[in-house]
Amino acid sequence: MGDQEQEHENRAEEFLQVFKKGAEFTTDLLKENERLRYQNLQIEEKLKVLNGSVGEDGASEELLKKIKKLEDEKVEIISRIKHVEEENIDFANRYVEIENENNMLANLYIASYQLHSTLDFKEVLQVVLEIVINLIGAEEFSILLLDEKTTKLEAVASEGLVNAEIPSFELGEGIVGEMAKTGDNYFIDELEGYERDFNHPLVCIPLKIKEHVIGVIVIYKLLVQKKKFTDVDYELFTLLAGHAATAIFSSKLYTDSERKLNTIQGFIDLMTK
Amino acid sequence: MSTYNVLVVEDSPTMRQLIVFALKRIRGLNITEANDGVDGLKKISAENFDLILTDINMPIMDGLKLVSLVRNDPAHKDVPIVIITTEGATEDKDRAMAIGANDYITKPIQTLKIIEVAKRLLKI
Repeated sequence: MGDQEQEHENRAEEFLQVFKKGAEFTTDLLKENERLRYQNLQIEEKLKVLNGSVGEDGASEELLKKIKKLEDEKVEIISRIKHVEEENIDFANRYVEIENENNMLANLYIASYQLHSTLDFKEVLQVVLEIVINLIGAEEFSILLLDEKTTKLEAVASEGLVNAEIPSFELGEGIVGEMAKTGDNYFIDELEGYERDFNHPLVCIPLKIKEHVIGVIVIYKLLVQKKKFTDVDYELFTLLAGHAATAIFSSKLYTDSERKLNTIQGFIDLMTK
Repeated sequence: MSTYNVLVVEDSPTMRQLIVFALKRIRGLNITEANDGVDGLKKISAENFDLILTDINMPIMDGLKLVSLVRNDPAHKDVPIVIITTEGATEDKDRAMAIGANDYITKPIQTLKIIEVAKRLLKI
């Protein structure tokens, strides 16, 4: 009996142990369950917050508006940059243009200054020759003056040629005479392949004081490095013709009057001695 | 600002004025003018120059002779020299470069070319 009771007690003890473990396991499960439920609640809360910030219609619309505004600003800035770049190119081109004009004016100033720096007829002619060589780039050319009495154009100074070589022209005769008569500038159409022809020069520029032509500058050959005329050359020719004309005319008058004065003075001296 | 002494040797007053006027566009240049090679040499012996521009065809002493004399003068042999020539043909230009010129400018005169060459040789 005693053994049976002992066995029953042992079995009861074992059962109690198993039951206790089952109870502990159940308690753990309940705790874990509680913890997971708490986590679930937290996640739900977070989701709710997130959904609230994105999902509200007013907020997303605001964001879209901002994006569109920024996109528009970007397009406008790109367009302004393009415009500024175009303006820059335009300014650069104008700068070059103004620089060239500036240089041309400076050269003209010097040319004009030199032309009017003397009243000696030969010196004035020499200055005209130098200007045509150095500013225009001509190698063979001549200055022909109109003789009012004979109405003929005669060479008075030349570069690369001898005056005697240059034929004289009647007013209205050929290109040279015609330009002297009309007062128009003449430029040959095609420079390339040109060979010197006194009757068909490269350029013929009348020397004019207002509308009164006193002579012409006739060019037959340009320096080899001068391949064509530039816009500046055409302006230079016209302006030069005016300045050269007054300088030549006034120096000629002065030289003539000085010569006459000397002659008269000689007579007076002769008479009074 | 640094000052550079530049000598312009040219017999034609018009041409000389054109060159001087172009050079005056560069700030800090002290420009001296000479009528021909002999006049140029006198000025070179009296003053140190940082750059010389000389015409080729001149009376009394031409530009080639001037280049040669300057290059053989130990005191001035390193001065940069630019020749100015009417010739489009290369003969004068080649001779000048062979005897020691540093660069050349051909007529008709171009202001911007003068400025560019002068600035390059003066390193400004």
